[in-house]
Amino acid sequence: MKQRFSALLLGVALGFVASGASAQDKTVKIGVLTDNSGLYSDLGGAGSTLAAQMAVEDSGLAAKGWKIDVISADHQNKPDIATTIARQWADVEKVDIFMDVLNSGVALAVNNVVKEKNSILIDTGAATSDLTNAQCSPNTIHWVYDTFMLANSTGQALVKAGGDSWFFLTADYAFGAALERDTTAVVQKAGGKVLGSVKHPLNSSDFSSFLLQAQASKAKIVGLANAGGDTTNSIKQAAEFGIVAGGQKLAGLLLFITDVHSLGLNVAQGLNFTETFYWDLNDGTRAFSKRFSERMKNKAMPSMVQAGVYSGLIHYFKALEAMGGNPHDGAKAVEKMKSMPTDDPLFGQGSIRVDGRKIHPAYLFEVKKPSESKGPWDYYKLVGTVPADQAFRPLSESACPLVKK
Amino acid sequence: MQALYAQLLVGLINGSFYALLSLGLAVIFGMLNIINFAHGALYMMGAFVAYFLLSLGGINYWWALLIAPVIVGIFGMILERTMLQWLTGLDHLYGLLLTFGIALIVQGVFQNYFGSSGLPYAIPDQLKGGMNLGFMFLPIYRGWVVVFSLVVCLATWFLIEKTQLGAYLRAATENPTLVRAFGINVPRMITLTYGLGVGLAALAGVLSAPINQVRPLMGADLIIVVFAVVVIGGMGSIMGSIITGFALGVIEGLTKYFYPEASNTVVFVLMVLVLLVKPTGLTGRAA
Repeated sequence: MKQRFSALLLGVALGFVASGASAQDKTVKIGVLTDNSGLYSDLGGAGSTLAAQMAVEDSGLAAKGWKIDVISADHQNKPDIATTIARQWADVEKVDIFMDVLNSGVALAVNNVVKEKNSILIDTGAATSDLTNAQCSPNTIHWVYDTFMLANSTGQALVKAGGDSWFFLTADYAFGAALERDTTAVVQKAGGKVLGSVKHPLNSSDFSSFLLQAQASKAKIVGLANAGGDTTNSIKQAAEFGIVAGGQKLAGLLLFITDVHSLGLNVAQGLNFTETFYWDLNDGTRAFSKRFSERMKNKAMPSMVQAGVYSGLIHYFKALEAMGGNPHDGAKAVEKMKSMPTDDPLFGQGSIRVDGRKIHPAYLFEVKKPSESKGPWDYYKLVGTVPADQAFRPLSESACPLVKK
Repeated sequence: MQALYAQLLVGLINGSFYALLSLGLAVIFGMLNIINFAHGALYMMGAFVAYFLLSLGGINYWWALLIAPVIVGIFGMILERTMLQWLTGLDHLYGLLLTFGIALIVQGVFQNYFGSSGLPYAIPDQLKGGMNLGFMFLPIYRGWVVVFSLVVCLATWFLIEKTQLGAYLRAATENPTLVRAFGINVPRMITLTYGLGVGLAALAGVLSAPINQVRPLMGADLIIVVFAVVVIGGMGSIMGSIITGFALGVIEGLTKYFYPEASNTVVFVLMVLVLLVKPTGLTGRAA
C-alpha cells in the first residue's frame, strides 16, 4: 500500500514536471514593493497596488489564458527590509516583476537583488538618476522621472527666469544627494551659482533652523531637494518665516499632486515644478484618473508614481503577449520591452533606451491660485513642455556600461 | 553670531513642544505609573480634532485650543476606565505594551482614512506675519507658541505641586489606600489625571497644527524624542521635564546649525550619557 502510494506521488510529480515543460507557461506574479505606511504612502502605497490591479484588468490577458497575480509589501523606506522582501519574493514567491519601489536608497538596493535573481524592476517611484547611469542594469527600467530630468527642467527654467543663486535644503540620503548634485550641475552650466546647502534628516518635522540658514545665505532660490512630508513642511514653514515675502523664491524640485493637495492652494500657489503626468492633461489621463479615483479610499487622483505603475505594466503585458509565454527570464523580457515602442493613454508615445531609461515628455507646471481652481484636485497650470528627447540625460553623457560608445 | 541667536530662539520653540509633551508624560507616569506610549497618537488626535472643528464646524483656532484637549481628554479617560485601570500594580511593561498597541491602532485608523501626506491648517489671522528682531525674522505664531506653552507648563506645575488638589494627587500615588480612607475617590482622581496628561498632549497637537501638516504620523515622529527628553529629565519629575524639554530643544537647535546631519540623534546621545552618569535622570527620584 505504502509503495503504491509513493509510486502514485512520483507519477503526479512527474506529470507536473512534464506539463510544465510542454505547455507554454503563462503565469506571472507582480510584486508592488512600496511604502505602505510612511511618509511616501500617499504618492505610492495602496494607490500603486490599485494601479497594478487596474492594469491587469485592462490588459485582458486573463481571457487569453494568462494567470496574473498582484502582491504587495511595505518596505518601510528601509533598504535592509526591502532587500529581505525582494529576496523572499524572488526565491519563494517567484515574483517576476517588481513595481513602484519608491525611495532612492531602497531602489538602489533592490536594483542589485533584481539583477542577481534575473527578475525585472520597473521603478516608477525612486528619483535617483543613478538607476540608469552608473548603477544601470539589464533588468531595470526607470519609468517616470529622475533627478536629472527634474534638475534639467525645473532648474533650467528657474535660472532662465533670473534665479541665478541657489541654496539647497537637502534630504540626507541617496535621493537628496543625487537631486542636489544634478541640480547643481544644471545651475552652474546655465551660469548660476550655488551658495551652499544644508542636509536635514529624512522625515524631519521642523525646518525652521534650516530655513533660517537658507534665509541668511541671501540666495535668490531656495531649492528643496527633498520629497513628501519633508517638502510640504518646508514649504509651509518657509511661508511662516517670510522667505517668499522676503524676495527669495522656493523651488520644490520634486513635488507630487498629493503634496499640493495636502498643502492646499493657499500655501502652494505659484510654485513651479516638473512632473511627467497630471490627471487633467488630456482625455486619456482624465478617463484613467476618474476610474482610479473612484476606487481609492480617499478618492485621491493618481500621482505620477501610481500612473507609472499602470503604464509600465501595460507595456510589460504587451511584451508578454509578443513573447507568447515563459516570462520568467527577466533580462530577456526587458530586452523585449526595450525593442518595442511604448504607447499608453497616460504617458503617450515613448520608448525605452538601452540604459533602461523610459523616455517621454516632461511638463513644467505652476500651481494655480485658489481663484483659478474649479474644485478639488484642479491644481496645475501647464507652463512648459520639455520634449522627450531633451528631458533626460543624453546617452552621450551616460556612465552606464550597457551603452556602447 | 546673529545666526546663533536665531537658532537659540528656534530651539526654544521646538523645546515648547517637547516640554508640553514630556510634561504630560511625566504627569501620567508620576501619578499612574504608566509609560504612556499612546502620547504621540493623542497629540496627533489633538491636531486632527482642531482640523475637523475648523473644516466641518467652522470653529476657529482659539476655541480649538480649548475644545480639542477636552475631547481628546475624554477619549483618554475612556481608555483609562476601560483598559489602563486594570493594569494597576502590574509591571510597567504591560502599560507600555498596551499603550503602544493603542497608538498603532489609532495611527492606523487615521492613516487609512486620511492618508499620510496630511491636511492643511492655516495660522489664525491674529497671529499671522512676523517681527524683525534684527537678528532674525520671528513669526508671531512661533512666539505665541513659546509664551503659551510656558504658561501652561507652569500652571500645571503649580496645580500639582502647590494646590490642595495636587497634594491629594501626590498623596494618592504614595499610598492610595490611606487616601481612600480619608474619603477621597482615588480611582476618579487617577482618571482625571490621565485626562489632564492626555489633554496636554492634545493641546500641543493643536499648537503644532498650523506649523506642521496635520498628519497621522506626526506624533510617531516626535514621541521617541519626547521619551528621550523624559528619560533625561527623570521619569515623573514635573519641573524636570519642563526644563529638559526647553533645554533639549535649544541643544537640538544648535546641532542643526553646527552639524545638521546629527540633529535627530543628538538627543539620544545625551540620553545615553545621562543614563551612564545618573540613571534616574537629571532631576529624577530613585524608582
